[in-house]
Amino acid sequence: MTILSIPAELLQELSHHLEVAYPDEGAGFLLGESQGGLRRVRAILPLPNAREPSARHNRFLITPQDYAQAEQRAAQEACDVLGVFHSHPDSPNIPSEFDRQWALPYFVYLITTVNQGKATHHRVWLLREDRSAFDEIPLQTGEEVISSSYPSPIS
Amino acid sequence: MATIRIPTPLRPYTNGQSDLTVSGETVGQVLDSLVQQYPALRPHIFNENGELRPFVNLFIGEENINDLQGTTTPVKDGDRILLIPSIAGG
Repeated sequence: MTILSIPAELLQELSHHLEVAYPDEGAGFLLGESQGGLRRVRAILPLPNAREPSARHNRFLITPQDYAQAEQRAAQEACDVLGVFHSHPDSPNIPSEFDRQWALPYFVYLITTVNQGKATHHRVWLLREDRSAFDEIPLQTGEEVISSSYPSPIS
Repeated sequence: MATIRIPTPLRPYTNGQSDLTVSGETVGQVLDSLVQQYPALRPHIFNENGELRPFVNLFIGEENINDLQGTTTPVKDGDRILLIPSIAGG
């Protein structure tokens, strides 16, 4: 089983970035290391939403150039790009069909609900090998598990 | 032969390798060779209709193939092709 572990202070930093982006979607990368099924976040890389302004309330885009820089930074810090975080402003933190179409395998997708400008709930998802759906995976901050298995919303 | 750089999330399908040497006279032929060597990559690069998935970007050096001749862009011996995903959602 895959588990995402993130220090509480990084989750707070990530939440702040998403709250500043509100009412638009915010996004960025999770950097860290994989140890078996454990993905341990060591740094986050907040990024601007590159979608056109009129679409940013329900879409985000990270450019290939920003992706290449993230891989470069991960290499400098001897870690990997583990996945992506983004917000769903005033919406449930469940992957959309658009999320699935654009998702990459292996990456973890941390989705945060931002209600009225306040980051409230985090859930983490992993694309199935056959790309048919996401499965939720547990999120740990320190020893605390703050999210565990729920039925997949897309089948 | 050209080399193609594989991004982190696709490396589990290339036995962990990041740089692969692949034959082909065009970008399309290089991709065909790539997925023949590593069939598990196919569904993550091509959709059910055999088209490139929208997040797949291919660069030769610093030039996006969309600004050249797309998948018919010629590939020379020693070219370095970068497969770099766009990340999007909503």
